[in-house]
Amino acid sequence: MVIKTEGLTFNFGQQTVVKNLSLQVPEGSIYGFLGPNGAGKTTTIKLLLNLLKTQEGNIEIFGLQFNAHRKQILAQIGSLIEQPAIYAHLTGKENLLNRAILLQIPETRVDEMLNLVHLTAAAHKKAGKYSLGMKQRLGIALALLSDPKLLILDEPTNGLDPNGIIEIRELLIRLVSEHKKTVFISSHLLAEVERMATHVGIINNGELLFQGSIKDLEAISQPAIYIETDDTADAANLLKKQGYNIIDVDVNHLSVAYQSKNKAGEINTLLNQSGHVVYSIHKVQKDLEKLFLDITQTPA
Amino acid sequence: MKDLLLSLQSEFYKSRKTLGFWSAILLPVLICLLVFWHFYTDSVKMSGFPAMLLWLRYAGSILNVMGTLLLPMLVIFICYSVNSIEHKADTWKTLFSLPISKWAVYSAKFIYALLLIAICLSLFYALTMASANLLGNLKPEFRFADYDMKGALLQIYFKLFLSALGILSIQFLLSLLWSDFLKPMGVGFVATLSGLILVGFDWKYDYLIPYAHPSLTVRSIMPRRGMMAIPELKVEIFTDYVYVSLIVCIAVFIAGFYIVQKKSVK
Repeated sequence: MVIKTEGLTFNFGQQTVVKNLSLQVPEGSIYGFLGPNGAGKTTTIKLLLNLLKTQEGNIEIFGLQFNAHRKQILAQIGSLIEQPAIYAHLTGKENLLNRAILLQIPETRVDEMLNLVHLTAAAHKKAGKYSLGMKQRLGIALALLSDPKLLILDEPTNGLDPNGIIEIRELLIRLVSEHKKTVFISSHLLAEVERMATHVGIINNGELLFQGSIKDLEAISQPAIYIETDDTADAANLLKKQGYNIIDVDVNHLSVAYQSKNKAGEINTLLNQSGHVVYSIHKVQKDLEKLFLDITQTPA
Repeated sequence: MKDLLLSLQSEFYKSRKTLGFWSAILLPVLICLLVFWHFYTDSVKMSGFPAMLLWLRYAGSILNVMGTLLLPMLVIFICYSVNSIEHKADTWKTLFSLPISKWAVYSAKFIYALLLIAICLSLFYALTMASANLLGNLKPEFRFADYDMKGALLQIYFKLFLSALGILSIQFLLSLLWSDFLKPMGVGFVATLSGLILVGFDWKYDYLIPYAHPSLTVRSIMPRRGMMAIPELKVEIFTDYVYVSLIVCIAVFIAGFYIVQKKSVK
């Protein structure tokens, strides 16, 4: 395990922000750390980076503990916590060069990183004038500069446009598949995590609700087919008789458990042939709240 | 040690374009130019002064402005500037998650602030000497050449530097803990004014107040009655308030490190 925590608990005053957290992040994985805002994700990340002192429990990174191996552990981690920490009065390149001075990294690596995150053209522009997406990319370049074995990224796609999100996702997948890195990435978007993660941990109110491989999660977070018709009750009865699993019905729509693309097509044909007017039909992911309900109701 | 040197190098790299860095260079240039201009254009009044007293008048006009208010305020500003660069960019969390000891990060910042003050005072010394000699050449009635002030002035600036260290350590810690400008600046300003007032009153315990130390240093070398008769200027560097300044500096520096070590980056 690259990251292993046992019974990790952290309190801010009277409030317990992280409760008895036991994470297990395997080597070579993209571990999606999923939870809504305020669930304790950033606090956990700060504990993993030794920015917050561990109050209870134990953290091992690369099998080592912070109290005896702080520098050794941090030398192998690249991190991006909350919004990227960037010196606004320096250019993008100067921000990277400053980090390169501290970590004794050659300038050629700085140029490589600028190229990797597509900031070469804006390298000499003041970082304070970067868009949020550019800042985020610079933050990722800073995290990758030392070629770390483990990347810890706190909501790195925040503020990025769809292209930016795809770029970051592909970059992370490439880092794991081609460069054998391990990525620990936090997010509040289930769909985002599902698209890239190999392993998932779900946290809410400081407690780990679920931990496992992406396949284990898929078993719980079954997507649905969202259908809008002229008579939802009648359509629901028809589909139920045909053996489909109806999840939800109201006046405007009904939801059916998603099985496959073909089955979705069959449902559409069936409704049309039975005289129903189908206004819309599409696949939807479960939102986090529903997923939490399912997880808490189903023992993981 | 390597961590400390790398952190120092980084401090210079990231602050070289900031006002904090340039104020340490521009301030001596500006003040020395002004004093030089004043003496050059108003030479009649001071042309008959004996050499040592003339030096004291010339260097004193710079030291007086510096010691009483400007030096404490510059120290306050530099301490703020060195730390605010991280507060503004929210980079404490990044600095403390790098494979560099917290001790090195903290010490490098402190040493960098200390170096800026040293550079500033060295420039004051060099520019005072250079401008006085230039003035002596341009206006022969100024007999600067008749008295060798090099050593004494160097001692005065060294003493001024030592007497500013107490303020430096306190202000450094305040600026490290408080991210906004007003709190450390406000505390520093009020403390400096209080120091000045207490020195003005000749309060017998004024040597215990770090913010009064630069003022006490300047007062100790200012021309007084009967000074005409003294053939040589003697500077006593290690006075009681310089010791207090050094003790405060070391104590607050060490305490600051333990505070930083315990402090969580939220």
